[in-house]
Amino acid sequence: MCIAIPGKVLEVDGSTAKVDFQGNLVDVTLGLVDAKPGQYVLVHAGCAIQVMEKEQADEIADLYRDMETVLSR
Amino acid sequence: MEIQSVIDYLKGYNGRPVSLMEVCGTHTAAIFKGGIRSFLSPKIRLISGPGCPVCVTPTAFIDRCVEYAMRPDCVLLSFGDMLKVPGTKYSLTEAKGEGARVELMYSPLEALDKAAAHPEITYVIAAVGFETTAPVYALLIDEARKRGIGNLRLVTALKTVIPALTWLCEGEEVDGFLCPGHVSVIIGSRPYEELAERYRKPFAVAGFEPEHILAAVYDLVRQLEEGTHAVHNYYPNAVKEDGNRKALAVLGSCFETGTAVWRGLGEIQGSGLYLKGEYAEYDGGSRNLTQDMKLPSGCRCGDVITGRINPDQCPMFAAGEKDGHAGCTPMSPYGPCMVSSEGACGIWYRNRV
Amino acid sequence: MDKKITMAHGSGGKSSAELMKQIFGKYFHNEILDRLEDAAVLDLKGGRFAYSTDSFVVNPIEFKGGNIGKLSVCGTVNDLLMMGAEPLYLSSGFILEEGLDTAVLDRIAKALSEEAEKAGVQVVTGDTKVIEGRGGLMINTSGIGYILPERDVRAANCRPGDAILLSGTLGDHHACILSARMGIENSIVSDCGVLKEITDALFGAEIPVHTMRDVTRGGLGTVLNELAESADVGIRIKETSLPVNPEVRGFCDILGLDPLYMGNEGKMVAVVPGERAEEALALMRGTEMGKNAAVIGFCTSDSRGVILETPLGGTRVVDMLYGEGLPRIC
Repeated sequence: MCIAIPGKVLEVDGSTAKVDFQGNLVDVTLGLVDAKPGQYVLVHAGCAIQVMEKEQADEIADLYRDMETVLSR
Repeated sequence: MEIQSVIDYLKGYNGRPVSLMEVCGTHTAAIFKGGIRSFLSPKIRLISGPGCPVCVTPTAFIDRCVEYAMRPDCVLLSFGDMLKVPGTKYSLTEAKGEGARVELMYSPLEALDKAAAHPEITYVIAAVGFETTAPVYALLIDEARKRGIGNLRLVTALKTVIPALTWLCEGEEVDGFLCPGHVSVIIGSRPYEELAERYRKPFAVAGFEPEHILAAVYDLVRQLEEGTHAVHNYYPNAVKEDGNRKALAVLGSCFETGTAVWRGLGEIQGSGLYLKGEYAEYDGGSRNLTQDMKLPSGCRCGDVITGRINPDQCPMFAAGEKDGHAGCTPMSPYGPCMVSSEGACGIWYRNRV
Repeated sequence: MDKKITMAHGSGGKSSAELMKQIFGKYFHNEILDRLEDAAVLDLKGGRFAYSTDSFVVNPIEFKGGNIGKLSVCGTVNDLLMMGAEPLYLSSGFILEEGLDTAVLDRIAKALSEEAEKAGVQVVTGDTKVIEGRGGLMINTSGIGYILPERDVRAANCRPGDAILLSGTLGDHHACILSARMGIENSIVSDCGVLKEITDALFGAEIPVHTMRDVTRGGLGTVLNELAESADVGIRIKETSLPVNPEVRGFCDILGLDPLYMGNEGKMVAVVPGERAEEALALMRGTEMGKNAAVIGFCTSDSRGVILETPLGGTRVVDMLYGEGLPRIC
């Protein structure tokens, strides 16, 4: 029910963006985030709920790199 | 840290038995899809919590939706998971067979164009969800007001996670929590800190890739071993400490909190979100939908959701297949935990060996 | 059994199976039907024949990569091919809804005839009815094919050690139809097509094919469960070896769908002895329809049902499709 997936913003037109999910183009409502073309947004039920800073693979690599530091905090 | 070392650690764990709860139904689904349990020592138990909105919604909500769907001037819009949940008389699917107009939606925002195109029809949305989805409904109503669309109603069963987590922390079953990733996108990781401190239990926010989940489970097990109770964020790409402020502001301006009924947990104060002020004119009668069906004797939905038992320990679970009488299966579900694709029982059934 | 028919009963998954068992199964029983194969195998004086029927109700009736006319040939012809038969004759019944555009009907009839020619079958009998409605169209086709005496292709023939080959990417037809219905822009094309090229290649090289199934409604997950049950073997597959077009994967992610349960109309599973797997794979890959083929797993004797190995090396059970899944696609 809380499925959300990242996609890349192609263009922004007012409060709507065209977002690319691996070649699938979907109109997404922006209302909850400020996103620019080229950024990745997390989309839930047709609505962007967050701007992602990194690509997912990089995030996961960083997580494992920093894991012991996080645990020792 | 290599992912293989994390897997080796979790497979070989031989400390005291620990019970961790994944609160979110999407996590429950991701855990099965990624075969996560096959990486865990028998001493690490994962409990599927109350984070499937369909599973915790009381029968009165279904009945209200069916009531609208049966009206000739209404169309009910719903997410797919809700359709087979039994109501007092009908589920939405059964109501459809009786002539009710029920349409599937992917996004609640679809309702805007439909309502604008057919002013003679009232579009009623079965608005279930947690903090992730609630802001989407808020945007929808905002937009409807701007566009002067009046033929739209929401029957809401919107819930907030922290009061339910507090309820669960009061119990003894759960040692640590895998926080719902996409709810946390909205509310942030900070609200868990007070709980971690007060109940001395560790919390880990996780995304939905198997790597995220393994990292968070590893973190919780390590914290329990070391006796710490911190909140750690394993989904930093999407989850900030303060969450999504814009979304929280929209939530605050559109909804007020109130008491809500969670199947299995009962009435929890402050855990429901209800349309307020000038937004309330879009409410399709969502308050006081507290009546829940009498579950058949033997059904232990509540114990499943709170982690007191695993789904296959419920006497109804797939019973018909074993003993030749009507049991609870995804084809003929009794409780919503079996109906929803994110419900613990349904997922256990589909993945049983 | 549910009191009323719901869309789930047409999904090709577990609910469809219940419907078959609890209603039709009560009244229809004979040795041929009870084998529950894709097509009936008839022992007639002139030899063994495969006989199958299928109805097509897809919406939209025209889609990227084909239309309901082409589909109505592929569906029935593929069912015959999966029994090891050489398809010979088709019947074709059209149910037209009032208001249907004759130009559309023309395109559909044309596609049907072209696909029949490609499949080497003749449409030898037909029927047309018109009903009230909204300009739609439904087609039923039945087909007959001849089974060469040396061929024995049946679900029950899977043996431990056999390799399971999949002829190409999962979910293309399903994703194409759903994209059109939901207005999601992409370049996904239906894989709707006749599998004769592939079966010709396998039989031409005398690969002793034990079992074949086309991967339609219910998806690969459902097909593999049916095979495991019929042959009383376990099946073990690797997620990383399953071919899925990235666009289809992206589409599935958006809607929370699993390619394992997405339907195709031009993909098949072939079960062959393990030692012939590489040869069979090369033959499949040498055809246009099978160019993305892969060995996806093996039949085993030490487990039951279908087990999938995840990319990180975990395991999980793959069950049949439950519930409605999705709107109809064929």
